[in-house]
Amino acid sequence: MEQLAHQVFSGLATGGIYASVALALVMIYQATHLVNFAQGEMAMFATYVAWALMDAGLPYWPAFFLTLAIAFIGGIVIERLIIRPFDDADVLAAVIVFVGLLVIFNSVAGWIFSYVIKTFPSPFPAEPPFGNRLIGSHDLGAIAVTLVVLVLLFIFFRFTPLGLAMRAAAQNPASSRLVGIRVGWMRALGWGLAAAIGAVAGIMVAPIVFLDPNMMAGILLYGFAGALLGGIDNPGGAVVGGFLVGVMENIVGAYVIGTELKLTVALVLIVGVLVVRPTGLFGHKLVTRV
Amino acid sequence: MAALLEVNALTAAYGPTNVLHGIAFAVEEGGITAILGANGAGKTTTLRAVCGMVRMGGEIKLAGERIEGRATEDIVRRGVAHVPDGRGTFVHLTVEENLRLGAYTRRDRRQVAADFERVYGYFPRLKERYRQQAGTLSGGEQQMLAIARALMLRPRLLLLDEPSFGLAPLIVRDIFQIMATVNRQEKVSMLLVEQNANMALSLADHAYLLETGRVVIGGSAATIRDDDTIRRSYLGY
Amino acid sequence: MRTAALQQRHWRRLGLVAALLFACVLPLLLTDFRVFQLTMALIYAIALIGLNMLTGYNGQISLGHGAFYAVGAYTAAILMDRYGVPYWATLPVAGVLCFGVGFLFGMPALRLEGLYLALATFALAVAAPQILKYKHLEQWTGGVQGIVIFKPDPPAGLPVSQDQWLYYFTLAVLVGMFVIAWNLLRGRTGRAIVAIRDHPIAASTMGINVALYKTLTFGVSALYTGIAGALGAIVVQFVAPDSFTIFLSISLLVGIVVGGLASLSGAVFGGLFIQFVPNVADSISKAAPWAIYGIFLIGFMYLMPSGVAGALGGGWAWLRRRYGR
Repeated sequence: MEQLAHQVFSGLATGGIYASVALALVMIYQATHLVNFAQGEMAMFATYVAWALMDAGLPYWPAFFLTLAIAFIGGIVIERLIIRPFDDADVLAAVIVFVGLLVIFNSVAGWIFSYVIKTFPSPFPAEPPFGNRLIGSHDLGAIAVTLVVLVLLFIFFRFTPLGLAMRAAAQNPASSRLVGIRVGWMRALGWGLAAAIGAVAGIMVAPIVFLDPNMMAGILLYGFAGALLGGIDNPGGAVVGGFLVGVMENIVGAYVIGTELKLTVALVLIVGVLVVRPTGLFGHKLVTRV
Repeated sequence: MAALLEVNALTAAYGPTNVLHGIAFAVEEGGITAILGANGAGKTTTLRAVCGMVRMGGEIKLAGERIEGRATEDIVRRGVAHVPDGRGTFVHLTVEENLRLGAYTRRDRRQVAADFERVYGYFPRLKERYRQQAGTLSGGEQQMLAIARALMLRPRLLLLDEPSFGLAPLIVRDIFQIMATVNRQEKVSMLLVEQNANMALSLADHAYLLETGRVVIGGSAATIRDDDTIRRSYLGY
Repeated sequence: MRTAALQQRHWRRLGLVAALLFACVLPLLLTDFRVFQLTMALIYAIALIGLNMLTGYNGQISLGHGAFYAVGAYTAAILMDRYGVPYWATLPVAGVLCFGVGFLFGMPALRLEGLYLALATFALAVAAPQILKYKHLEQWTGGVQGIVIFKPDPPAGLPVSQDQWLYYFTLAVLVGMFVIAWNLLRGRTGRAIVAIRDHPIAASTMGINVALYKTLTFGVSALYTGIAGALGAIVVQFVAPDSFTIFLSISLLVGIVVGGLASLSGAVFGGLFIQFVPNVADSISKAAPWAIYGIFLIGFMYLMPSGVAGALGGGWAWLRRRYGR
């Protein structure tokens, strides 16, 4: 029983990371109806930036927030320079450009930082909190950070004029222009936010999986699964989906098929959700007009 | 009276197809100009060209300043509010959020708060439903919302694309009455595109008749209204 | 007008024959290693024809064709290593097996439009190496170690080296597969496949069985890629899970983009590109080839969406306009 509880809690911790990735994906999906295949590699790259900042002597939290700022600006720049020319292109062109970005980030990270695996520090203490035996401090910390990000985003989108404008621009670009919203910039802002959220996920997962240029491939897959499960157009749902997928992964891994086929679980989940319930648990149905 | 909007030799095209072939018209400061014509005459395109939504040529002056070729957002920021065809409602947002978006470019917060009350005064129905998702409103209510949203900009010029479209006659009369009030009390100039020529001519001071992308007749609304030949051959009532 | 079209066809045919002759003579002039590299380029070209049918012509985005390539490669390796099947006989088996796998994967994929299919196939590609390493499959797949196979000898009496023989064998397969694909795509079937890409709903109202065509296209596409995989295993003499990562799938995507979406002859350019450009870039840094891939992907979408074949065609048309006939 205790072992099951342990599996659930550590599943929640990785689930928190999947939830962050899912949230980043939803952010871009909402603004553009596209899924950013480079999201994981952008997060990985941001994590290397954090590592480099700390390596240069910056303490953890300043490095953390500076990385988020860099990721945010980087996301905006990428959207403005690389993605914008493809605004009106078809899905295939967009997917190809995303894959191009994925490859570039992966190889540039390998180029600059080498493919040698690096350790990455955790800001949380090594011993479990309150002397419990169920969950480690880093796991608990990662969950807390995810929830803080979610609450901040909720407040931003629900209560600020800019958040409202971003929602409007995502829903109805033409009408948004008619009330004076600069739709292109709202998209760029969405990319910036997504990049920053992805950076949080990367920094939180790096102490667990270690830092290397390929660390995010599997996590991105689980992020997809979480986003699809929760509903790819629903930020709250995506977070719930991320946590669910994390717990599911751990339990299936521990009791059913072992850890060797983790990625296959993600594959089955993705195909399964897409086929059985493409809108996810909490998504809206998308109606296409002829 | 000086012209607020002055349009000359306006052309517009969708891809290779020309829709407007050099039309000219004006809206006077505080006035209402109506553009009439049948389906496909280029009425909607005219409005779209004025606020930079289609590829166009020619000259458009707003209060003496050339605005052609500018981005839609920038034209809106100069005080041009557009109530588009199909109303352009943000259907997943609430009524209140729709209205808040209307005032998105304004920085005078206290005045915006007062304008909410003013707009709710014109359209009490919207106040009752301010928490409701805009997509759940009836057609008439959505049209009211679209006009209310445009008014939240405190526009100098209001572009209206067939506000009577698909609505019951009683509601149309209400809406036109409110538009007349807004024009009189708030000195908002209007450019109105309509198929319902009778209603439009009763509201407007100037009117232009559009046929396949050309102005065939232009002048004071009263003259056009009283000319039996025009009425019979072009307006069909 | 009519004579001009005829003349153009005439020239095209002449060019094709010349290219084929050149391809036949080429291995006699090069070292065995270069011949091996050229063979790989031809193998990629076969896979690219398959992927292009699906993605370029039919509009179904696959980021997971490396997985089908892997199935083909493992089929050939296992048949040769375990059961002593001659190398040439593994190709049809690999093709049929991949057709089946592709058809099956195509069925749930039917319900997925553009983006979601890309997602699902992306997941397939990422998961593939792990499945190949799975311990309960190890008795066939050889686990992480993979399988080593022997290079086949040329038929007795032919005065060519092993590498040269494999080159000619691959070239023959490529030409055969190219002709089949060309015939398939230029007729009714081809029009249906393209119609589904451009206007799925209109296509179905015209009586095209969209579901059947889409799954069949998926199957045939996987068949091509599987045969390429089998050839790849034979030529490289080795299969292992880590040769079939997501980056293989991305290479194939690069190939069809560089060669030209919805262009069959572009497959050869694409194959040459993914075989030789990384080799050149490798001398700069281990990571450089991939960075170049990425830049090419984005750059091509930006500047030359019709790929090399399209650009050549465009250039040819421009020259003709410019200098008359």
